[in-house]
Amino acid sequence: MSEKTIERPTTDEAAIAKEIEAEEKAAARQASLLKDGWTDLRKRPMFLVTAFIIVCLLALAIAPSLFTARSPYSDGFCQLQNSMNPPTSGHLFGFDVQGCDIYTRTVYGTRNSIVVGVVTTVVTTLIGGLLGMLAGLVGGWIDAVLSRITEVFSALPLIVGGLLIMSIWGGGDVWSVSFIMAILGWPQVYRIMRGEVISNKYNDYVTAARALGADSWRIAFRHILPNTLAPVIVITTMNLGVYISAEAALSYLGIGIQSPNISWGLMISDAQDRFLTSPHALLFPAGALSLTVLAFIVLGDVVRDAFDPKMR
Amino acid sequence: MAETTPAAEPQDATPNVSDVEVADVNSETEAVAALDAPVERGEPILQVRNLVKHFPLTQGIVIKRQIGAVKAVDGISFDLYQGETLGIVGESGCGKSTVAKLLMNLERATSGEVFYKGQDITRLSGRALKAVRRNIQMIFQDPYTSLNPRMTVGDIIGEPYDIHPEVAPKGDRRRRVQELLDVVGLNPEYINRYPHQFSGGQRQRIGIARGLALNPEVIICDEPVSALDVSVQAQVINLMERLQDEFNLSYIFIAHDLSIVRHISDRVGVMYLGKMAEIGSDEQIYEHPTHPYTQALLSAVPVPDPEAREQRERIILTGDVPSPANPPSGCRFRTRCWKAQDKCAEEVPLLAIPERFKGADTPAAHESACHFAEEKDVVHA
Amino acid sequence: MTIIDPTDAAPASLSGDGKGKGPLLDVRDLHVEFQTRDGVVKAVNGVNYSVNSGETLAVLGESGSGKSVTAQAIMGILDMPPARIPQGEIRFYGEDMLTMSAEERRKLRGARIAMIFQDALSALNPVLSVGFQLGEMFRVHQGMSRKEAKAKAIELMDRVKIPAAAARVNDYPHQFSGGMRQRIMIAMALALEPDLIIADEPTTALDVTVQAQVMDLLAELQREYQMGLILITHDLGVVADVADKIAVMYAGRIVETAPVHELYKRPAHPYTRGLLDSIPRLDQKGQELYAIKGLPPNLLKVPSGCAFNPRCEKAQDICRTDRPPLVPVTEADGSELPGRASACHFWKETIHG
Repeated sequence: MSEKTIERPTTDEAAIAKEIEAEEKAAARQASLLKDGWTDLRKRPMFLVTAFIIVCLLALAIAPSLFTARSPYSDGFCQLQNSMNPPTSGHLFGFDVQGCDIYTRTVYGTRNSIVVGVVTTVVTTLIGGLLGMLAGLVGGWIDAVLSRITEVFSALPLIVGGLLIMSIWGGGDVWSVSFIMAILGWPQVYRIMRGEVISNKYNDYVTAARALGADSWRIAFRHILPNTLAPVIVITTMNLGVYISAEAALSYLGIGIQSPNISWGLMISDAQDRFLTSPHALLFPAGALSLTVLAFIVLGDVVRDAFDPKMR
Repeated sequence: MAETTPAAEPQDATPNVSDVEVADVNSETEAVAALDAPVERGEPILQVRNLVKHFPLTQGIVIKRQIGAVKAVDGISFDLYQGETLGIVGESGCGKSTVAKLLMNLERATSGEVFYKGQDITRLSGRALKAVRRNIQMIFQDPYTSLNPRMTVGDIIGEPYDIHPEVAPKGDRRRRVQELLDVVGLNPEYINRYPHQFSGGQRQRIGIARGLALNPEVIICDEPVSALDVSVQAQVINLMERLQDEFNLSYIFIAHDLSIVRHISDRVGVMYLGKMAEIGSDEQIYEHPTHPYTQALLSAVPVPDPEAREQRERIILTGDVPSPANPPSGCRFRTRCWKAQDKCAEEVPLLAIPERFKGADTPAAHESACHFAEEKDVVHA
Repeated sequence: MTIIDPTDAAPASLSGDGKGKGPLLDVRDLHVEFQTRDGVVKAVNGVNYSVNSGETLAVLGESGSGKSVTAQAIMGILDMPPARIPQGEIRFYGEDMLTMSAEERRKLRGARIAMIFQDALSALNPVLSVGFQLGEMFRVHQGMSRKEAKAKAIELMDRVKIPAAAARVNDYPHQFSGGMRQRIMIAMALALEPDLIIADEPTTALDVTVQAQVMDLLAELQREYQMGLILITHDLGVVADVADKIAVMYAGRIVETAPVHELYKRPAHPYTRGLLDSIPRLDQKGQELYAIKGLPPNLLKVPSGCAFNPRCEKAQDICRTDRPPLVPVTEADGSELPGRASACHFWKETIHG
């Protein structure tokens, strides 16, 4: 440490405190809670495994043509004479009832699943986060009104809500399904955000900022928002998995993605009648779905462990 | 220091009202300019008059009905003189922390005034309030919650300059922050570290540096050392005393630890259930207390000396502090007081020099809100 | 403390009436460590102390000194993992509790050894009435009926001087003030008339005037029941009041032991002396406060030699290399000072110099 540059005469106590701190300095590292969490994450094997799976899934979603030579949208992709044929060397996952190659459809289905998951999560996080912050910060009647609205939405089960909205607007593609789930899903993020804001709002450092004369914007964005992010990040990661499986469930029931769009849920639904005779048609898309959902949920779990200060 | 403060000076209940009204200028600019005028040492810098804070108790969510009020602070008056430390002691729930918030304008007073250099700051807002904030700062009790965990030490101590950019030009801020770290006895190279990398005592130093950043004249300290270990408490107290001399600060030191308050304060006020029970110089309060509550409080303090302890008379109060939502009539202390008589339930005792000591040249002649004030040395006896 | 006080030979048996001779509790060379992400935190590093029936031992220390961890180890309420007890014995009536089965220990807890916590509000269940919680002790351990248990609860509340006990027995914890809640905690600890009570900062959360009431009550009940009491605190003032002997802890070790009056008069360890000097006095206005320099130690990286050496004014080279053992302290002429010991290379200079 550069003691010589300091001209101010220091008292004993200050000099000694410095001495001790210099000692400590070697041991201490530059870190914040977020960075700490990240350092911790990188050391967890579960994080590395799930992160690898998710990177692969993202690659499949972005460029499915890299992983299969066929295109499910090309003419002659499905050959009825291949209907329900079991896996062969050129067609690893076999064929479905229409005689379409299951491997290619599973690969292309990844994109829709991921897009639904990501779009729904982003929209719910934005809407829920912003409204939650507003309600938490402003309080009063805004909070009361918003909270009543979220109660209405969360009282509606996903399936019922999905049926209702589908019957009004129709749809059947990725966007309409994402829209339905976002409408029904944002109250969850809202509640978490609102709670976090309220619990942080009464911390002394917020009072200290007010005592310095800080305005509401500074308090909201400099002091409160950064301290609410960790739990929101955790719930966001988990929601990716939850929404992907919800999409499959809606599609399976026929109120989600509809043919000719490809969806794992739809594939499972189509294959279920013939499960006993040709289980492969169900097992492969179901396996892909389980793996994806599990990867995101486990990731969320690992992230929570890393960010939860109580685990330290 | 105790000798230099005009403790025996006559303190009317409502002094200088005419001066105050003159100083209560209309234009904000003039008001701001008036705040920068220097105050002579020994002159009042803060005058608190009949300060009241009632927190309404309400019922119902949509249509709120007020069903009562918690009388947290119920008519308190005192002066803070330039360069002195005024200690405020009392048990939990006596309203001492609410007083701190009112002085900082973090809570709006229900009624009453706080005059800073002659200007009532309780009704200020906007730019005028921001200007006052530059001069009155605060140190918090809990060093673990009073620093934002997501900000570096440099950002925390530098934040006052972001809010009041006129105090320090942008290029100068880093140097100033490092200087402040040095002043409070921390290594200036720690500027990029986060609060959780420091111990409690070091964090409290960071909080003090933040409070000093704007060169305030008054610092309100709300239990600044009660969360710290004994061995670290002394370090922080010494630091605060050194800073007071170096920067000519006036402190209001709120605490429940009577020994520490005596050590640092020039004058001491004792609060009970939202009212000031007794106020005077440290010697008057500790050596010549006249209010029974002060006497009980002093006698209950555990003394780290078993022999002195066994000789001391102890007054053990019965019962608990009544609820501030429903305080006793008359004197608020009467429910626990061994001297209480009918008069105490009927008449609220005023904070004034007791009749029997008036004009007498005795340290017992200081303001005490008791109908039956009499001197009793509980610390030595 | 065992080292200095190896007198009592055959300890009374655990199954006996519980008021026999010999140390009631004897902690020997206790070590506790915590596994954390940043390494192993050595919270307790070889603590020895003993308590007899009717005796009050105060364990004094600042945060991180290991005083509460030791108590939790005695109670058997440490979370393991992350905690681990690699070494040591905790003898209760001569029997090592660390080798007992979980079931045996559970039976001792509450019935023979009880604990009073600092925060009574969080230690009591908010949704059960205090009468029910007090009565539970009797129902679980002694199989009493509801009615009997309730009568017992009222009796206990009377014992700890809660006004109108019969009327308040059905009230919930939040309806009591802080001081009254602490009395309920004491009543709960007393319920089964244990042989040993461990009080962890029992008055820290209370106001001064209430503190005095609660401390007095505790001392009175202890005398009445002839219990052993371990009082864990950071407040030198509270200790002075009630303790018979004191053990001062620093960085997981005992650095000084002494009868209470002796410790305040003539401390034999620089840390104890520093603590005493750094408290402002109520009865006089001092000059600048004496302050122990530096910071409490980081338990991940305890200094070599004497853990206090970086903060000590008397520190020499030997303090940085050799850890001082806890040795008996004597008068300058060599005559014995019973019950006194210090873990300082320079205890002679500290007490006599």
